[in-house]
Amino acid sequence: MGYRWVRMSSMKVIVCVKQIPDPALPGELDSSTNTLKRDGKLILDESDSYGVEMALQLVDAAGGGEVALVSMAPNDEMSGMRTALAMGAAQGLLVSDSALAGSDALTTAKVLAAAVQRLGGADLVLAGTESSDGYTGTVPEQMAEVLGLPSVTFAKKVTVDGSTLKVDRQTESGFDEVTCPLPALVSVTAGVVEPRYPSFKGIMAAKSKPVETVTAADLGVTPVGWEGSGQAVAAVEQAPAREAGTIIEDDGESFGKIVEYLETIKVI
Amino acid sequence: MGISNIWVFSQESNGTATSGTLELLSQARSLGGTVTAFVGGDATSIAGILGEYGASKVYATGDLAGALPGAAVASAMKAVIDGGDSPDLILFPQNYEGRDVMSRLSVKVDRTVLTNNVAVAVDGDTVTVTTPVFGGNTLVSTSFSGSAPYLAAFRPKSFAAESAGGGAAEVIAAPVPDLGSTGGATVTAVHVEESTGPKLDEADIVVSGGRGLGEADKFSMVDDLAKLLKGAAGASRAIVDAGWVPYSMQVGQTGKVVKPNVYIAAGISGATQHMVGMKGAKNIIAINKDAEAPIFGVADLGIIGDVHKVLPKLIEALQSRG
Repeated sequence: MGYRWVRMSSMKVIVCVKQIPDPALPGELDSSTNTLKRDGKLILDESDSYGVEMALQLVDAAGGGEVALVSMAPNDEMSGMRTALAMGAAQGLLVSDSALAGSDALTTAKVLAAAVQRLGGADLVLAGTESSDGYTGTVPEQMAEVLGLPSVTFAKKVTVDGSTLKVDRQTESGFDEVTCPLPALVSVTAGVVEPRYPSFKGIMAAKSKPVETVTAADLGVTPVGWEGSGQAVAAVEQAPAREAGTIIEDDGESFGKIVEYLETIKVI
Repeated sequence: MGISNIWVFSQESNGTATSGTLELLSQARSLGGTVTAFVGGDATSIAGILGEYGASKVYATGDLAGALPGAAVASAMKAVIDGGDSPDLILFPQNYEGRDVMSRLSVKVDRTVLTNNVAVAVDGDTVTVTTPVFGGNTLVSTSFSGSAPYLAAFRPKSFAAESAGGGAAEVIAAPVPDLGSTGGATVTAVHVEESTGPKLDEADIVVSGGRGLGEADKFSMVDDLAKLLKGAAGASRAIVDAGWVPYSMQVGQTGKVVKPNVYIAAGISGATQHMVGMKGAKNIIAINKDAEAPIFGVADLGIIGDVHKVLPKLIEALQSRG
């Protein structure tokens, strides 16, 4: 990318955060575009709060440095970002652009990578393994390729030893120990650390922390959104429903119904 | 024109091809054209079975020497594409390696990726894939636009694995080029956390526990029931995230997809994340104290009740049968 990584005496970590519709509310598809409606209030994706927490802990362990945030939204919504700033991140860069609506995963990765570069790069870029609303799960590794970085996905434990990362990486059957040189990109799984709750002081301080807002064009990434997308929704339909089952209230003897059911299907 | 050159990212496990690999090869064959297997690693032990399931040739990187496959295999794929063998469609398994390789390749060939699919259809030059959303209640079909190669990932058990009766495929070396600044991530040790008994994704009976168990210690009830039924124990993401059980037990979108004969969900509400991993079970039994829990929407037998009361009695009843 013609970019020179600036190494500092302290550790700089950039965390990718996504602001998503509240997962507690039922999701809805926009009937004109067949994409998830994201125009309401957005909150910090819980799976990104782990990355923010891990970044704060790594900077602490390194004895100093800074945690910065990058995020992308089709509007200038930044309440989710403020949550991460309240946890302790120092600054943020929000790529806010109505043209971004409909962007595919590859475009998202290009935009976020450009945002990382605008912040001057980092020793470590952290992201969640996948968002809780889109589930594509490819953006971190795509970003690593755009940035020309090595990467370790599905990290459940991360430590830094000088200029080397040591990562416990989840696998289908357990975990692998992986080493990786810095700078690098790591995607972290949910539950790896206990995200701190923002303190009142943190929430107040977050209000005055710098968040720069730019467009995709400012970052030199075009085309984006529908125009840059390599995909188009062809159809949306209801899945065939399962036949309704028997639902009963436990009266203290309902375990017998389970035994009966298992007998009927001949597994006992 | 048309979709005539299809690749399948193929994986080896314990000396044979993974079930996901065989499923994708079978599906690729049914789409027409030639099917090529691409292996990140040494393919000597699996060239026979890859050929049997429809691969007419196999590209193999050779031993990756501990390198994480994402950057390494994608670079090897790009080198073959640059060399003139350009696929129209590449099918990836929806798992760690598949996701990493397809992501890296996506940037190298500047094409998007479509993940989490359960079906694929080809009509002329158009490739359409289908993914379930909102807990599998809605199916969204998406077509690739622009030019090939199209990159798509599929959930395990989306397709049936059927032998084509073919002979061993020719193995062609596709070495990993110098990775430059993207290389360096290396596996130094491997840890296996699998429990005894049948494997979660192969078991005929799966008993899973969720947040409704209340505390980590209570998961032993799930374990006990699974053992009594000679099945495997699984878990919802909520209690894996909470650290009660290892990730290898997670059933769902991010974990394992199971299609057992019987699935018993104890104290699991049925979040989207979980449902897509178990909805394919033949018989679903759910125990949850919230009558409104979405899990009851897919249950063949639903018990609205407290798992702490129902499970011990059920376990006792099964034990007394000997």
